Amino acid sequence: MNFDPPWLPGGTVYGTLLNFRREFDLWAPKMAQAPYQVAPKAPVLYVKTANTFAPAGAAVSVTGEAQLGATLGLVIGGFESNEALAGASQAQGAINHEADALTRVAGCVLIDDLSLPHASYYRPAIRYRNRDGFLVCAPAVTPAHEVDLKTLAIETRVNGVRVQTVDLSTLVRDAASLLADVSAFMTLQPGDMLLLGTDCLPDGTRPHAKAGDHVEISAPGLTALVHTLAREAA
Amino acid sequence: MKHARIAWAGAIHDAIERGGQLELLTPAFKGRLLNFDEVVWLPPLAPVPRARTVLALGLNYADHAKELAFKPPEEPLAFAKGAASLIGHRAHTVRPDGVQNMHYECELAVVIGREAKHVRKGDAHDFIRGYSVANDYAIRDYLENWYRPNLRVKNRDTCTPIGPWLVDAADIAEPMNLKLRTTVDGRLTQQGTTADMVFDVPTLIEYFSSFMTLYPGDVILTGTPDGVVDCPVGSVVVCEIESIGALQNTLVSESNRAPAPTR
Repeated sequence: MNFDPPWLPGGTVYGTLLNFRREFDLWAPKMAQAPYQVAPKAPVLYVKTANTFAPAGAAVSVTGEAQLGATLGLVIGGFESNEALAGASQAQGAINHEADALTRVAGCVLIDDLSLPHASYYRPAIRYRNRDGFLVCAPAVTPAHEVDLKTLAIETRVNGVRVQTVDLSTLVRDAASLLADVSAFMTLQPGDMLLLGTDCLPDGTRPHAKAGDHVEISAPGLTALVHTLAREAA
Repeated sequence: MKHARIAWAGAIHDAIERGGQLELLTPAFKGRLLNFDEVVWLPPLAPVPRARTVLALGLNYADHAKELAFKPPEEPLAFAKGAASLIGHRAHTVRPDGVQNMHYECELAVVIGREAKHVRKGDAHDFIRGYSVANDYAIRDYLENWYRPNLRVKNRDTCTPIGPWLVDAADIAEPMNLKLRTTVDGRLTQQGTTADMVFDVPTLIEYFSSFMTLYPGDVILTGTPDGVVDCPVGSVVVCEIESIGALQNTLVSESNRAPAPTR
């Protein structure tokens, strides 16, 4: 019998705010105003704590609606207990010449980085982002060299209807420069995961879903992620 | 009882404090006594089966809130850190070259002992494993007003010393009435009391557990009182909390690290 449990992060997960040009441009007029004063210089990060980790297929509890956050997670290599990643590390040489920072990435995985809407980005958003189950992970990691990080398109469907396509060619910082800029001030450990960020819709909102909805996130060459939302017990 | 986690003789050991020495609990060396300066002190936290959640509070002391238009925050100002920034007692913390304001923050660290979800304030003490002292260094040069305090200020390698001890919760009768003090090279620079917290520990546990599960070994750093000052390279910083311990740390320069290998 062969039973592989669905993949979950083995380390700390860092999310990235304002890393798509569409949302960055929508925010640009506000960036010079209080309380922000100036546009962000370093990558704006947040931690998705372990209570948020949920496996593929999870029914994530929500009280009302949740914002969907389709993104790609870069899994940092050297985590020998994970066979998929150990295998991937042997192929890292293939991307050495392309971007040095990426050599530390063992694999990529589709993620739904769920959140509750919050209008201000001034203070950390723990109550909006770190609720139980708010980081749903696809069941398997794909070796990094099999994924074209520059052009990948990630589709989100709710109850079978496409609600968003996220295009990694529109990142503010692409995977290599994000990794380099984050590594400039903190070390990503083996098993940690860095999320590339989530995009908004043309009107600045994010796709929503509610209890009972079925969410599917997919991208060419990657293991798709399916989960549902359920009503939180009072 | 005061618990420590140390490196000695090529291995990591659990130990307890016994008459001014460390008593090893490791079966092979059970009962052996070591002096404090014979060991390398690690964060006094047992390994956990998942990423450790480290929550930290900003502006959680009344004296800080007073500076802010006399209006205490309505909701805890909380952020999360990666556990990789934690280091032990008597360790070295890197001060980046060229920064103008890097300061300590002496904080009561609360270590969770039982899985906690929807915990009421009145029951919160049952979910606490113990207490430690943390120094949640900040580098103000890097402050930006986006998810402030941003991770570049607060989530740096070596910048969260914690220890020396994890003190059993049962040994601390009044955790909300403990004196805190910090000295830099022996000079007193920060004084306060946990009685001045805006959101006390039971309130924080009720707040966090209302929307997130806290697991055994998770840590809440409860904020720092007024009196933080810039510390140059070479500073010996001691953060002390009554009945919990005195956490010592030395600032070292970035340029003293080994040069990066050339490619």
